[in-house]
Amino acid sequence: MMKNCEYQQIDPRALTVSPCSAQNQHTEKRAQRPRRKWEVFPGKNRFFCDGRIILARQSGVLPLTLGLIVVTCGLFFAFDCPFLVKHLTVFIPVIGAVLFVFVVISLLRTSFTDPGILPRATPDEAADIEKQIDTSGSSTYRPPPRTKEILINQQVVKLKYCFTCKTFRPPRTSHCSLCDNCVERFDHHCPWVGNCVGKRNYRFFYSFIISLSFLTSFIFGCVITHITLRSQTGKSLVQAIQESPASVVELVICFFSIWSILGLSGFHTYLVASNLTTNEDIKGSWSSKRAAEESGNPYSYNSIITNCCVTLCGPMPPSLIDRRGFLSLDEAIPTSSASEIELPPFLAKNDAHMCTQSTKDVLERMVHSFDLHALCPPGTPKTSPLGMEVSSTTATSPEASPPAGCSPQLADQPMAAPCPLFSSRSSSKRDSLHSINPAFRLASPSPSLSRATLIPGDAPDTGFIPLP
Amino acid sequence: MAETHSLQDMRQQAAVAAKVFIQRDYTNGTVCQFQTKFPSELETRIDKQQFEETVRTLNNLYAEAEKLGSQSYIEGCLACLTAYTVFLCMETHYEKVLKKIAKYIQEQNDKIYTPRGLLLTDPIERGLRVVEVTIFEDRSLTR
Repeated sequence: MMKNCEYQQIDPRALTVSPCSAQNQHTEKRAQRPRRKWEVFPGKNRFFCDGRIILARQSGVLPLTLGLIVVTCGLFFAFDCPFLVKHLTVFIPVIGAVLFVFVVISLLRTSFTDPGILPRATPDEAADIEKQIDTSGSSTYRPPPRTKEILINQQVVKLKYCFTCKTFRPPRTSHCSLCDNCVERFDHHCPWVGNCVGKRNYRFFYSFIISLSFLTSFIFGCVITHITLRSQTGKSLVQAIQESPASVVELVICFFSIWSILGLSGFHTYLVASNLTTNEDIKGSWSSKRAAEESGNPYSYNSIITNCCVTLCGPMPPSLIDRRGFLSLDEAIPTSSASEIELPPFLAKNDAHMCTQSTKDVLERMVHSFDLHALCPPGTPKTSPLGMEVSSTTATSPEASPPAGCSPQLADQPMAAPCPLFSSRSSSKRDSLHSINPAFRLASPSPSLSRATLIPGDAPDTGFIPLP
Repeated sequence: MAETHSLQDMRQQAAVAAKVFIQRDYTNGTVCQFQTKFPSELETRIDKQQFEETVRTLNNLYAEAEKLGSQSYIEGCLACLTAYTVFLCMETHYEKVLKKIAKYIQEQNDKIYTPRGLLLTDPIERGLRVVEVTIFEDRSLTR
């Protein structure tokens, strides 16, 4: 009976009677066009061409990457190719053009493809998972550990609970704080490409860096040949450079790129051959030093060729977020009001946790007002899974360290997803009494405190009705 | 489409009593498989064998979609050589199998689940995380 008081499942149809949802219904009718799912996508992504193209919120340095490639190749075709075609062969610009096209297409595919985003759990699913955690959780003061252990190929793997997506993350999935999405087979968030690299676009990313290695080496070689040939025809080196200054620019760009790109290609070739992700390699999840008993990568097929084939030529999984699908009528309404309902004001179990809760609320509100990211304190409990990743990133020094070219932006910033929710409060708070928000349910039930109490002051200023 | 009408009508008229979620089974790695354990809430509604048969068939279909055979390798190599532009005009093997799965679920719903007041939701609509089984109120009992 007590347990039943603690939370109730939302019936989506009950929401339609609340004033806020009525308002939403009204605006829906006013809009009078069916909305597509990408328009209500909760992650921090941007969509173009009516949902066909997906990008991270910050495009990072993608324009710079594209610009560098286009400028270097442009200079190459304009200034080096005429000389080389005359003195060597006409195939040089042909090979250059093929490589250039391949690089640009791979880059655009990597940037604009859904990396394998896992859609967030529906309220019903989240409630079901909550129920399962509760029945098996311990009744101590501390929050129950949000991990689940499973056996994969006779090896124990821990699945972590994602507070934003409200589900246990599948193995090899990680939550990217920059994009605010759980991404399957998460490799890293690449600023050069402006997107996460995950299950669906890893092969594009790999072909991008491999073809870029070939392209930069090719241009580097051709430019050196060009200058050498010029200086051989009776002129000095300085004179040759003066005649073709663009070559120097290309040389400098290629020289610095080659180190990082070749290093990155080598590193990722190693990862592909051992069926690892950058994330796992950096955290040392499967390194033999960590485990006492022999434990290897449970996902590896123990054959380099098979691993390569699986990662690069395996079947192409579909996008799970269905960006261009239309919202059904019963989805459209709860989606907009659900975001207001996922507020924290609900049944606390004891004062101590309400204190923590309200402190977290204040912190999160501060964070939101400072425009997220850089100022989020890493200590908040919700971010503990990510916080752990940060400490392990800084602590460990990976042997095959990824070069500066693509520094993995692991979760060094806590999730800021709830922050906007705090500011978008509305009159539907009464209905939100029955909300499900596992992120804020810290302790397990304790019968004497099933009556909710509200801490004055910093607690969220919501209406509160104690349950009978 | 008389069948879809009846499903939609049912959804609108019948109240949802509960939802059961069949979670993923990761014992074989990250391939898409669902747990075949029979949930207790369905004991009164459907035969255990039948339900497990449905889930097992689904698992086999997903395994077929993700199978690493010569066909998937050829498709992958061809895609790589054409700088992945071939996907713009061709449907991948996975997508073809997903269509097969959608048809199978529709057929199972029509034949077995809807008459018993249940509804299977295609896992792809839930991000391949769960198989959602909606249990509708049994009107015949509440009368």
